[in-house]
Amino acid sequence: MKSTNPFALWRWEDLFQNFDHFGSGFLRTLQVAILALALSLVIGVIIGILSTAQNVILRSIARVYVEIFQNIPLVIQIFFMYNGLAMAGLVLSEFMIGVIGVGLYHGAYIGEVVRAGILSIPKGQQEAAYSQGFNYTQTMRYVILPQMVKSILPPLTNQAVNLIKNTSVLAIIAGADLMYAADSYASSSLNYGTSYVVAGLLYFILCFPLATFSRKYEEKLKKNDAMVVDIPEVME
Amino acid sequence: MIESIQTVFTQPNLLFLLNGLRTSLVISLCVIILSILLGTLLGLVRNYEKKVFGKLASFYIELFRNTPLLLWMLGCAFLIPGSTILVKGSLALFLYTAAVVAEIVRGGLNAIPKGQFEAAHSQGFSFFQTLLYIILPQTFKKIIPSLLSQVITTIKDTSFLAGLGIMEFTRSGQVILGKVTKTSEVFLIYGFLAVVYFIICFTLSVLVRNWHKKNSGNV
Repeated sequence: MKSTNPFALWRWEDLFQNFDHFGSGFLRTLQVAILALALSLVIGVIIGILSTAQNVILRSIARVYVEIFQNIPLVIQIFFMYNGLAMAGLVLSEFMIGVIGVGLYHGAYIGEVVRAGILSIPKGQQEAAYSQGFNYTQTMRYVILPQMVKSILPPLTNQAVNLIKNTSVLAIIAGADLMYAADSYASSSLNYGTSYVVAGLLYFILCFPLATFSRKYEEKLKKNDAMVVDIPEVME
Repeated sequence: MIESIQTVFTQPNLLFLLNGLRTSLVISLCVIILSILLGTLLGLVRNYEKKVFGKLASFYIELFRNTPLLLWMLGCAFLIPGSTILVKGSLALFLYTAAVVAEIVRGGLNAIPKGQFEAAHSQGFSFFQTLLYIILPQTFKKIIPSLLSQVITTIKDTSFLAGLGIMEFTRSGQVILGKVTKTSEVFLIYGFLAVVYFIICFTLSVLVRNWHKKNSGNV
């Protein structure tokens, strides 16, 4: 007679016999997270720079992008890409939906982080760069962006943690990620307890080091009286 | 187009969607209130009790901050016996949000100068009186923008409950989606969902920004 305890030993045995399930889900989550993070960094830097531009039109474009992506739930955005776009003839794989959907969403948040970072650099820096003959692009590339990297690193790392967690939204569209793997194994074997614990542990292994780094680094910056970008409106 | 609008936004459909919206908003409200209470408690314990309870609070916060919300929703739904899926799903959202609020509260507490404690102590305030009358009011004033931001996030997070089949706003939209066939109708429904969420969250985010702008000088 098998024990009915949700964490009984036989359930753990069964799970580890099916561990490749979790392994491939973990790998998929990692791939989606890395590509989505790359995409969101690119978008974030572009949006951040646009939102500090002189030109009103460029600033408005950045504003509209940020507001749209921040104020509509990720679940809706992902569903829309999955059903809506497919009906309109644009069929994307679940993998691509994960990368693009999560990337576009977090791009808006990273854009706000970058904007706050740029604004935290004293104006004199830009004027000094111009006086030395740097043009706008060179000023951004060689003077402003390198200086703000340090101060935006903690909120940026928090974004990476949230991004990893948010890739789990793929489970809702059967995206073969870790959450989906855990859920499908759980519902086929009825080993819910063990399955969710292992999935949680795997997410934790990814997120905890990043979150800890972010906190420690921020504490260090504060101790050294360095600039820390603190932006309550970018909390996701 | 007009035909699509007429098929999608019939009176029963609209009532159904608004019902879902009400569910989302009621869940959000309950979750916010409860998680501010639990989150404040956790934040205080983590900050001022460095022994067993402080460690436990840290463990709780780190655990929930580093694992996905959906995992907790599914876990609560399948592992807690009895009750309805709506209660279990909302419980998960509450436990998760409380950890985030705890970190916000802790950030606020850290910004209060140590001298406040000493001054209160010299006036005969006990530790708990100091917290209640001196530290917490100042902390909350500081963290209002972050908390409001978290309200937005929580409203958006209720959409994850659609993954459990709970009839909140997103899920009721999906049900209507299941009844239509034309592309224009599908787009209309997604558009409607997006616009409603947008109006609610954008309004709140404008409040956050204004508060922050108004108070960033003197807090």
